[in-house]
Amino acid sequence: MDAIPFKVQIFSILGVLAFMYIVARLIVRGKLREEYSIIWILGTVLLAVFSVWRQGLQRIAALLDVYYAPSLLFLIALFAIICFLLHLSIVVSKFQSQIKDLTYELALLKQEKLVDDKKTKTA
Amino acid sequence: MSTTPRILVVIPCYNEEKTIASVVAQIAECRRLHQLNLDILVVNDCSRDNTMRVVRQLDCLCLDLPVNLGIGGAMHSGYRYAYRYNYDIAIQVDGDGQHPANEIPSLLTPLFSDKADVVIGSRFLNRIGFQSTFTRRLGIRFFTGLNWLLIGQTIRDSTSGFRAMNRRTLAIVDGYYPDEYPEPEAIVQFGLHKLRIREVPVEMLERQGGVSSITSFKSIYYMAKVTLGSLFLFARLKNTLR
Repeated sequence: MDAIPFKVQIFSILGVLAFMYIVARLIVRGKLREEYSIIWILGTVLLAVFSVWRQGLQRIAALLDVYYAPSLLFLIALFAIICFLLHLSIVVSKFQSQIKDLTYELALLKQEKLVDDKKTKTA
Repeated sequence: MSTTPRILVVIPCYNEEKTIASVVAQIAECRRLHQLNLDILVVNDCSRDNTMRVVRQLDCLCLDLPVNLGIGGAMHSGYRYAYRYNYDIAIQVDGDGQHPANEIPSLLTPLFSDKADVVIGSRFLNRIGFQSTFTRRLGIRFFTGLNWLLIGQTIRDSTSGFRAMNRRTLAIVDGYYPDEYPEPEAIVQFGLHKLRIREVPVEMLERQGGVSSITSFKSIYYMAKVTLGSLFLFARLKNTLR
């Protein structure tokens, strides 16, 4: 069974470290909410595991009777990305309806204030 | 209804500085002629021209949306206003001058006599006035067919924005009103809620100013969006209302 070449392993470990650093920085600065940070932390941990454990991918592929190991990687990665995109679309839809409700409230309040101002002016 | 019903005319507008003043004036004139207990509410959907400045000088209520929400959002906010401030009837009149104010009483009659919950002003019943272009009429036909399939009722002018509704309908619309291009979808919503929909013939004019929200480039998107929206709405309501 082929393990990941040593050079590739070095690159992937460096990549994972950089990615971890970026995620950590975003969390510390409050630019990434905790609920999303969990997914990204899990993602980086997974990447880290496979860049350290050199035969990992092949072992799992063999276990699942997948002949060409990288195709397993693509399959899982694509599936995870699609799930996450769907999740984001749901979040965006929720935000959109919340923004709409807020916009209505704001417009109604503005109108109420206008009426109140007119009343105080005439009083 | 024993006392005179309170009516709110909702005028959604986006960049209608040229026409909005005359639309409001015509409705005020109609109010005077027929002695209606009627308020006018202009919903400014974040216009980029001087619409808001013009509206401020008019004798009417106004909602100034801080974010552009499109016609669906603008109407939803107007209906919500009507529901919250205890109006008995809400009427939609477009801000571009297509809907003649002197036809408002014919929209109101079926509501006053409690013969309908929603009244739609239709330009195709008597085939007078502005009849729109051939391709648009084809599109409207398509939605008429779709509505018939989904709710079993034939609404000839399914995209007409000239409509009136009573408080029972307002209570439903306050909770949900379709986005973007709401008219054909709203009919599906009304039908599934078992509201009595009535069409009355009106004579419409060609728009007096502004541009249609549906340009030729967008029309394919419009058809797809409204079709999907109607089907989704049908699927969603069919289960919850049974």
